[in-house]
Amino acid sequence: MPRIIKHDRVVEDDWQVLTLAAGETPATVTLPADPVLLPLPVWLARRTEISSLYRTLGVWLDSHEGPEALADDIDRLSIIAVNFPKFTDGRGYSIARLLRERYHFQGEIRAIGDVLQDQLFFMRRCGIDAYALRADKDIEKALAGLSVFSETYQAAVDQSEPLFLRRRTEASA
Amino acid sequence: MYRYDNTDQQIINERVAQYRDQIGRHLAGELSVDELRPLRLQNGLYIQRHGPMLRIAIPYGMLSAAQLRKLAEISRRYDRAVGHFTTRQNMQLNWPQFEETPDILAELASVQMHAVQTSGNCVRNITTDHFAGVAPDEWTDPRPYCELLRQWSTFHPEFAFLPRKFKIAVNAAAEDRAVIRAHDIGLDLVGNEQGEIGFRVFVGGGLGRTPILGKLIREFLPRRHLLSYLDAILRLYNRYGRRDNMYKARIKILVQALGIDEFGRQVEAEWSQLRDGPTTVPDVEFARLGGHFAPPPRATLPAEDAAHAARLRNDPAFANWVKRCVHPHKTPGYAAVTLSLKALGVAPGDISDVQMIAVAELAERFSFGELRVSHEQNVVLADVRQSDLHEVWLIARRHRLATANIGLLTDMICCPGGDLCALANARSVPIAAAIHEKFDDLDYLHDIGDISLNISGCMNSCGHHHVANIGILGVDKNDEEWYQISIGGQQGNAATIGKVIGPSFYAQEIPQVIEALIGVYLEHRTPSERFIDTLQRIGIEPFKARAYAGRDRRRTAKVDNREEEVINA
Ligand code: HEM
Ligand code: SF4
Repeated sequence: MPRIIKHDRVVEDDWQVLTLAAGETPATVTLPADPVLLPLPVWLARRTEISSLYRTLGVWLDSHEGPEALADDIDRLSIIAVNFPKFTDGRGYSIARLLRERYHFQGEIRAIGDVLQDQLFFMRRCGIDAYALRADKDIEKALAGLSVFSETYQAAVDQSEPLFLRRRTEASA
Repeated sequence: MYRYDNTDQQIINERVAQYRDQIGRHLAGELSVDELRPLRLQNGLYIQRHGPMLRIAIPYGMLSAAQLRKLAEISRRYDRAVGHFTTRQNMQLNWPQFEETPDILAELASVQMHAVQTSGNCVRNITTDHFAGVAPDEWTDPRPYCELLRQWSTFHPEFAFLPRKFKIAVNAAAEDRAVIRAHDIGLDLVGNEQGEIGFRVFVGGGLGRTPILGKLIREFLPRRHLLSYLDAILRLYNRYGRRDNMYKARIKILVQALGIDEFGRQVEAEWSQLRDGPTTVPDVEFARLGGHFAPPPRATLPAEDAAHAARLRNDPAFANWVKRCVHPHKTPGYAAVTLSLKALGVAPGDISDVQMIAVAELAERFSFGELRVSHEQNVVLADVRQSDLHEVWLIARRHRLATANIGLLTDMICCPGGDLCALANARSVPIAAAIHEKFDDLDYLHDIGDISLNISGCMNSCGHHHVANIGILGVDKNDEEWYQISIGGQQGNAATIGKVIGPSFYAQEIPQVIEALIGVYLEHRTPSERFIDTLQRIGIEPFKARAYAGRDRRRTAKVDNREEEVINA
């Protein structure tokens, strides 16, 4: 079974990612057996059908898509995956933060696509908590990417206060 | 200046370890060339014409003497004993060994320095006025704000992979010396009627192949909201900036496409969700940062030093230097000094290891152990007593750091160009040298007076040629080096993009063309006019006519064709 990093550990995982092949449309594509991460257009087109078919729901957002499109569904989804078509495409970081901080999504946010060790730290800070590492990479080694820095300057999903607020309390303590 | 606490130091040390590991994995074949590239660039490491180039960050241009000594030592041990100061107040080493770069970063970390985000598609080094804290026309010190931004931008988790690089500059003086409107975000520190400190915010400026001046997006942003407001701008840029075409990827293109009003509306909408959140900066933090930039213990001195005045009368060479290289200071009896890195025969902005040591000593003896790098590629001692100026001059002169040409024609901003840079269309340093040779007479230079002449070896515009009174741009014409000339650009409050005067010139023609342009000015000027004033009064035509007189130009040059590393530069 494929493995991913989840909550800082390597675990087995059976979620499939559905992508539309050439010629397939959201309305007509065959829905595979769950668990499956669906492309946003498929989910939007066939919400009711999918909800009755699957026990757990998961959708993936491409980097040009926005969390806004899932605003009404946030509580129904178990997993929202964020695709990184290339690791240098940084839109997914904003998407993940918005999902957590604006839409208060409590489920798993999974990075998929060109997911590499050296970006994991940033991903985690933005609220991503599962990482489907690119298949050709050593997933055990990549774990190290989660703990590169022991301290950070900015507030983010993993740290509610920027360093300057925490420095202050330390100094006055 | 800002001193690291344990946390700052720990973060920088961990950065060195991370980079060392990345280089190690690359050498072990676990990290491909393409995977390493953005990572090394975010540590300042380029691969250039002759091999690697390392760009070291000098946050907002501030250096301590100890740091400069370390740079001298590094340049000697790991390079060819010379460094190059850039228009972004950084230092470039042109000959490091790839495998040794982790060691260089470790050396830098030992003096609270790094190469973090000096390249790559992320927030770059914050720049500001090289007279920050001492300029008489400044109303508050911009450096605490620069340091706040340095920390906020360092490893910002959301904005490490933007569509393109992102440059921020801060000004707090009546006269903008940081070219803030040539930056992605320009911040102008101002006060409102209630006496609150805040910023006028400009967005969407940039040079490169589409030079655009930043547009005003907010008239007054209270300082406590600075970070949340920048988060809002950057989030929009990160999500909606173009990623399909790197030449259209800067924020200026997004701002242009939406229009400043619509962009401003979207920023306000995003910001309304972020403002007053945890990233709101309390006054105590500004006070803490401000404490790091408290004025040094200056003496109480008379405004005019009698001995200094006498030397000025008796020593014309010294007086000439004072006229060009010594600048007013807000504390009576003190002055700021520019050490010129524009001596004849030296690439503009280059500084040797011996000069670095000499400057460090000067700073220690005469300027509280600190110095600054200017975006014009010179070095500034900001706190020199008037009574010490003569001695500073004597020492600087021995090290060829006292050319009395600051603000004059030979104080050129010049990029490394084709001698070193893989993106160049043409060389720029030899052009600077040829011009310098032609205008090597100081009396003549002083007579010509204030003028800016900047040179870039390609459209990327690292030499700021767009905002120069005379701008020279290297272009490629059937694999030969040609140069396009623009005039009428300027920096400062009246920042303007220069206009191209016509078809390009052959390298050998450039000094004569410059001479022709200067000739028109000298003939037409009134006693109080600078080059730019005369040009604005009489228009571009007389200059154009003289530049092309006797030259046949029909073909225009292809402006650019090198695209390889541009994506990552
Ligand atoms: C030698 C290696 C260098 C390379 C490969 C390089 C590359 C580039 C590139 C590709 C751009 C255009 C970016 C864009 O338009 O998006 C650029 C812009 C710039 N670079 Fe460099 N550069 C180098 C050295 C320098 C040096 C030595 C300086 C300072 C003298 C400098 C300062 C700048 C500035 C001020 C800009 C304009 C920023 C803007 O477009 O707003 N660079 N550089
Ligand atoms: S302007 Fe062009 S030639 Fe000059 S340093 Fe920049 S990229 Fe290189």
